[in-house]
Amino acid sequence: MADLKPIVEMKGVKKSFPGVQALSGVDFRLFEGEIHAIMGQNGAGKSTLIKILTGVYKADGGSIVYCGTQCRFRTPLEAQKKGISTVYQEVNLCPNLSVAENIFIGREPRRFGMIDWNKINSESEKLLKRLNVSIDVTKLLSSYSVAIQQMVAIARVLCISSRVLILDEPTSSLDEQEVNELFEVLNKLKSEGMAILFVTHFLDQVYRITDRITVFRNGTFVGEYLTKDLPRVELIFKMVGKDISAMSAMPQKCLENVSDNKEIDSLLEIKGMKKHGSMNEFSLDVQKGEVLGFAGLLGSGRTETARLIFGIDKPDQGECLVKNELKNISSPSDAIELGLAFCPEDRKTEGIIDELSVRENIILALQGSLGIMKYLPRKKQDKIADEYIKALGIKTADAECEVRTLSGGNQQKVLLARWLATKPSLLILDEPTRGIDVGAKFEIQEFVMSHCKEGMSIIFISSELEEVIRVSSRVAVFRDRQKISELSGNDLKEEKIMHTIAGGQ
Amino acid sequence: MAGLKLKNIMGKIAGFFTAASRSGLLWPVIFFGLILLVNALINPGFFDIEIKDGRLSGSLIDIMNRSSYIILLAIGMTFVVATAGIDISVGAVVAISAAVSAYLIGGTLVVENGVQQYVSFMPMPVAIIAALLIATALGMWNGLLISRMGLQPIIATLILMVAGRGIAQLITSGQIITIYYKPFFFIGGGYLFGIPFSIYIVAAVLAVVMFLKKRTALGLFIQSVGINKTATRFAGINSSNIILWVYAFSGFCAGIVGLLVCSNNKSADGNNAGYNMELDAILAVVLGGTSLAGGKFYIMGSVIGGLIIQSLTTTIFSIKEIKPEANLVVKAVIVFVVCLIQSESFRKKVAGVIFLREKKSL
Repeated sequence: MADLKPIVEMKGVKKSFPGVQALSGVDFRLFEGEIHAIMGQNGAGKSTLIKILTGVYKADGGSIVYCGTQCRFRTPLEAQKKGISTVYQEVNLCPNLSVAENIFIGREPRRFGMIDWNKINSESEKLLKRLNVSIDVTKLLSSYSVAIQQMVAIARVLCISSRVLILDEPTSSLDEQEVNELFEVLNKLKSEGMAILFVTHFLDQVYRITDRITVFRNGTFVGEYLTKDLPRVELIFKMVGKDISAMSAMPQKCLENVSDNKEIDSLLEIKGMKKHGSMNEFSLDVQKGEVLGFAGLLGSGRTETARLIFGIDKPDQGECLVKNELKNISSPSDAIELGLAFCPEDRKTEGIIDELSVRENIILALQGSLGIMKYLPRKKQDKIADEYIKALGIKTADAECEVRTLSGGNQQKVLLARWLATKPSLLILDEPTRGIDVGAKFEIQEFVMSHCKEGMSIIFISSELEEVIRVSSRVAVFRDRQKISELSGNDLKEEKIMHTIAGGQ
Repeated sequence: MAGLKLKNIMGKIAGFFTAASRSGLLWPVIFFGLILLVNALINPGFFDIEIKDGRLSGSLIDIMNRSSYIILLAIGMTFVVATAGIDISVGAVVAISAAVSAYLIGGTLVVENGVQQYVSFMPMPVAIIAALLIATALGMWNGLLISRMGLQPIIATLILMVAGRGIAQLITSGQIITIYYKPFFFIGGGYLFGIPFSIYIVAAVLAVVMFLKKRTALGLFIQSVGINKTATRFAGINSSNIILWVYAFSGFCAGIVGLLVCSNNKSADGNNAGYNMELDAILAVVLGGTSLAGGKFYIMGSVIGGLIIQSLTTTIFSIKEIKPEANLVVKAVIVFVVCLIQSESFRKKVAGVIFLREKKSL
C-alpha cells in the first residue's frame, strides 16, 4: 500500500489560535480503500486538522494535496462538492422532518420550480440502500433509532462523487449492536474504494476496524503506524507521552483507602425518596470519604437520582439527612450550602458559561454561595483561578480566556475546579469522562481517588462499567428508573453488574 | 530617532484602541466623536459653553440634558438585555409614574389675594416615593411573569406596554393633569450650580450602578444568567431572583424618567408621556455594544448610545438642508449604518472582500 499515492496528503500544517498553538507542523496521509484513525488526547489537534481539511478553518502554513493537486478549501461546502464528506460529532439533523427531507435539506431537486418529492424519496432510498438500510424514508426521523439517524447523517453527506468520508466520534451514542451495523457499512464503503477517516475515543473500535493510525500529541505529529503493528499499550503510551504502569496501579490505592474509612459516619442518607415520572422510590447512603458508583444504562435513573439529591428537581416524598440531620434541599443553592456539589452530564448546556472567562467560571459557584454583596476581590479571584489551573493542569493561555475556546477535557476540568473551590464534602460527578480521551480520563479518575482520600465523598456516575468499578468502593445499580441493587466487595465485577442490569440476579 | 518616536506614539495609539475595543467602548466613542465633529464643522460655536443667568448653556449641555431620559431608561434596559431579556413596557411605566406623581401633587391652581400659592394635594416627597414605588412594583410584575411564570420577556412586557397606557389614563381620569406646584418643577427643569438637575440624577444613578458592577458580584451573575440560565442555576445562583430584580430596576429607572417628564412638562399626559421611549432605550443599549442575545454588557456604552441618539436628533434638526419630513428617514439610515459597522461579522465580511481583492491584484 505504501507505493500507492495518497488521496489526501497534508504536510507541515500549522494553525494557531489566540494564545494556543493548536497544530505545529503536522503531517497526515489518507489512502483510498482504508480506514484511518487519528488518535490523540483532547486538545491534541484532531478536530483542528479535520476542520482545516474540510475548509472550516484556514491553515496558517503547510500544504494540502487532494487527488494529486494542491488545494485549499475555503468553505465546508466547497470541500463537500469536491468529494470530502464529513459527519460531525454533533448530529445536526431535524427530528421533526422526514428521513428523505433530512437527506436533501438545502439541496432539494426541483421540477418546474417545485420540489420533486418523488425524486427525493427514491434517491433517499437509493442512498440508504448503499448503507444497507432499507426503511420508509417518508417517516419522521425521530421515529427511528439513533443508529439509523447516524446512517441518515452519513447518507446526507455522501454523494456519488464522494471519495473521502470523515466521521468524528460517530459511535459515542450507539450501543454494541448498532456499532456492529455501522462497521459493516464502513467496511462496505471501504471495499468500494472510499477513504475513511475515523475519530473515536474507543480503543476497541480502533483495533477492530482501522488499518492505519496517526497519533498526535499537543499539536505535534507523533507518528503514522499500521494498526496491526502497534500494540495498544504502545498506542496509549504515544498518545499520553508518559508511563502507563503508574496508572494501572490505581485501583488498589482506592480500595485501601475505603477499608481505612469504614468506621466513619454517614455523610448523606436518602430515605424513601421518589418523584412521579422520574424516579421510583429509592434509598441510599454515602459515607464520608467513600466513592459510591452509579451504574446503569442511559435513562435508567442515574442522572434523575443525582438531580433529586442536588435539589434541581423536587421530590414528591422522601427524607434527606446530611450528617445525620434532617435537611430540606429544594434548590441547588440549598444543596451547595450543605456542602454538596454537582458536575452535570451535559457540560455544554448545564455546566460551563461559555462566554465567560476561565476565572469567572471557576469562582462562579463559590461566589454564588457567598452572595452578591460579598464579592471576592479580584486578586483573590486570580489566585483561586491560577491555583486550580495549575493543580488540575488546565490547558489555557491564561485565566482570562473565554472557556469556550478550551477543549472538552479542559472545560470539564474547569467545572471540577468550580466545585472544588467551594470545598464540598460530597461531589456528584455525572459522566465526568464522557467524550474525553484516555489521558484526561485517567487524570480525572486519579483526581477522584486522591480527593476521597482527603475525606471528600464522591458519587461517580458513568456508562463505562470498567471505570465505575475502578474508582468506586460500592456501586448502586439502576434499571428502568429504579435503584435495583447495591454491590460491593467481591461482587464488584463487570460481569456481575451487567447481570444485575439485565435482571438476572 | 524620529522614526522611533513615531513608532512609540503609534504603539500607544494601538494600545489605546485595543484597550477601548476590549472594554466595548471603541465604536460607540468613535461614532459619538464623529457626530460631534460634524456638528463642529456645521456650527462653529457648537462646543461653546457660556454662562447665562448663572446657568451653563450651550449645545453640549443641551444634548446632555435632553438625553437624560434615554440614558436613564437605557441603564435599566442594559441589565435586562444582559439577561437575554427585553423590556418594552418602560414607556408605559414612564406614563404611569408621571400620572401618579401628578395625581398626588394635584392639579389645582390656588390663588390667594392675587398671589399664587403653591399647594400640593400630598407632600411632594410622598408623591415622588409613591411614583417610584409603583414603577418598581410594575417592573417586578414583569419580572414575576418572566421568571416565575416562564413568559417570554417580549410578551410579558408587551402586556404592560398596552395595559400601562390605559392605567395611566385611568389615574388621570382621561385628562391631562396640569401641575401648578412650583417646587416640583425643579426635578426636571431646575439647575444646581449652573447645571441642569436631571444631569445630577443621571450621574447619581450611574454612580450607584457602576459601584454595584465593580464592587459586587451582580455583574458576574447577570452575565452568567444571560449566557446560560440553567448552568447558572446549577451553580447555586438563584437565576429567577436575578431576573426579577433586573426588571424591577428597569421599572425603577422608568419611574425616575416619569418624574422628570412630568416635572419638565408641568403636566402628565397618559397618552403621550414616554411615548416610544422604550425603542430609543433599546437602541441606545444596542449602539452601546450590548448584544440582545444577552451576556456581556456595557453600562457606559449604553450611556454613550443615549448621547449618540440625542445628538443625532439635534444634528439633523440643525442641518437646514434636511427637510423636517425627512428627519426620521435620515436618522434611521444613520442608525442602520452604525449598527452594520458595529457588527463584527459584517466587518469581517467587508475586510474579507477587500483582502481578497488585494490578493488578486498581487
